[in-house]
Amino acid sequence: MEIVVLLKQVPATESIVRIADDGVSIKTDDIKWVINPYDELAVEEALRIKEAQGGKVTILSVGTDKTVEAIRTALAMGADEGVLINDPQTQGCDALGIARILAAVLKDIPYDLIIAGQRAVDDDNYQVGTAVAEFLSIPNISMVIKEEIADGKIKCHRSIEGGTVVLEAPLPVLFTTQRGLNEPRYASLPGIMKAKKKPLDTKTLADIGLDSSKVGDAITKINVMQLPPEREGGRIVEGETAQEKVTELVRALHEEAKVI
Amino acid sequence: MSQGVLAIAEQVDGVFRKVTYEALSEGKRIAGSLGCDLTAVVLGSDVENISKGLGKYGADRILVADNTALKEYMTDAYTNVIADIIGKENPAVVILGATAVQGRDLSASLSARLNAPLAMECVEIRVENDKLIATRPMYGGKIMSEVALEGKPRIVATRPNAMAVAESAGAGSIEQLDVDTGKTVLQFVEKKMETGKIELTEADVVVSGGRGMGGSDYSVVEKLAELLGGAVGASRSAVDEGWRPHSDQVGQTGKVVSPNLYIASGISGAIQHLAGMSSSKVIVAINKDSEAPIFSKADFGIVGDLFEVLPLVTEEIKKLKG
Ligand SMILES: Cc1cc2nc3c(=O)[nH]c(=O)nc-3n(C[C@H](O)[C@H](O)[C@H](O)COP(=O)(O)OP(=O)(O)OC[C@H]3O[C@@H](n4cnc5c(N)ncnc54)[C@H](O)[C@@H]3O)c2cc1C
Repeated sequence: MEIVVLLKQVPATESIVRIADDGVSIKTDDIKWVINPYDELAVEEALRIKEAQGGKVTILSVGTDKTVEAIRTALAMGADEGVLINDPQTQGCDALGIARILAAVLKDIPYDLIIAGQRAVDDDNYQVGTAVAEFLSIPNISMVIKEEIADGKIKCHRSIEGGTVVLEAPLPVLFTTQRGLNEPRYASLPGIMKAKKKPLDTKTLADIGLDSSKVGDAITKINVMQLPPEREGGRIVEGETAQEKVTELVRALHEEAKVI
Repeated sequence: MSQGVLAIAEQVDGVFRKVTYEALSEGKRIAGSLGCDLTAVVLGSDVENISKGLGKYGADRILVADNTALKEYMTDAYTNVIADIIGKENPAVVILGATAVQGRDLSASLSARLNAPLAMECVEIRVENDKLIATRPMYGGKIMSEVALEGKPRIVATRPNAMAVAESAGAGSIEQLDVDTGKTVLQFVEKKMETGKIELTEADVVVSGGRGMGGSDYSVVEKLAELLGGAVGASRSAVDEGWRPHSDQVGQTGKVVSPNLYIASGISGAIQHLAGMSSSKVIVAINKDSEAPIFSKADFGIVGDLFEVLPLVTEEIKKLKG
């Protein structure tokens, strides 16, 4: 089983995000970078499938010099190889542009299964996995919380609003992860040592046969970033007893806020 | 930019989801700014009857693709059919709800197939000098970004509960379409829906319990949620403890909710949790620690034990409702 995991390095979720001077990106100086949490689930699921069925797990990422850390972490968890597309021209890409690059790389990597996070928690686009599947003309199943592979087919349980739905498709398939799928392992010390010797191939857009002057043209373009309105907050409802506080709260919710 | 707005409906087992009305209402508003018509598209099996009602939300035309192969949402069949419809209708704008079951995948695959710009999970859309500008949260709601869409059609997937539902007159004339589902490989196996459960992202009221619940007995939270016709949510800690299912998790790695009223009980207010509920209209926090960060985001806070406070709130609201 040849498995490819699409991985993105993102700011840790506990990061305080600040807008850079250009107004369309964030300040990155004191950000801690991590593997996108949904991609961690993807790495873990890929490793479990490999452990059960044999095969190889390749980590594929579009990123910068820093992204090497994230790929090495996935290799330390147990993945076999990494491919990093590192090219300044990718900076201006929108989700569709990134998906096009990933799909171009995947023309040269054998795969039976591609696993991606449902979304990256920076852009929150929910777009790249689905678009890659469309570009490769393979089925896409999103929000997967359980999968079973047998006889060249995959059966996936998707988490949808108000329930779950089970779909089946012949491989190759791309699926995206949802929490509940697994608990990602930590990289072990021997794993970290081994990861240093695993192959990590870095390529530019030209290396994969893409015209770098065209790939960066976003059709969905960020004009400006803003911080959401600060919530005022902070009105503590006072009272001698819990009952007094509650009476005042319910009155305020009914008469002032008018939400009940 | 004036060939019309196409709104894609979403129905599950013959019932339109709320996002359908939200997408139509917002689509009508955009059509008004552009001076063009709103066309609704309904895909499904046995859906002609329910489709008639969409005129009430401003649809001038209602295209119905009634086909047993379209009974359940499947990305491949739906993308094939809707890409054909877009090819024929040539709309300037396509609008749909950004749901997990349908809208997010459908919009992303249409965008890739048609090389069309897509703004995912929009919370606001405006037309400015013939340009479509959408506001969408990023970084789990820590940033709001304005995106411009260049190309055709411009696809906007609206975040559930973000757009107001407004009735308005539309001719609502039904046109049955003959559709070809094209090449498909996805097979539907089964669907399990939790009956009677209100979906978190669609609820007007969410009552959440965190680690302060101390265990899986959520009855004090459930009773208040039920009284208010709302949904129950949870913090990640409560989910990790196994007290609540993953589908109840609110936050940056859970669901993002924006109800009219969000009640956080026994939740400290970690940045990842706040990301998922800060866009709620009114936030109430109940926590026994007066220093808990949640209070700085809450419109109303009660310092106290949730097991004492929540039942009192439930009783007090019952009195109010008579
Ligand atoms: C990658 C990553 C992603 C994450 N994503 C999410 C996410 O999506 N959503 C999320 O919620 N968290 C998320 N977290 C976790 C987050 O950082 C916090 O750990 C979590 O939100 C804390 O949950 P809590 O508030 O229930 O628990 P705690 O922080 O332990 O707070 C419990 C609170 O309950 C109060 N309390 C206790 N007993 C009572 C009582 N009887 N009455 C009243 N108050 C009481 C306490 O004073 C305390 O404030 C994420 C973390 C990481 C690292």
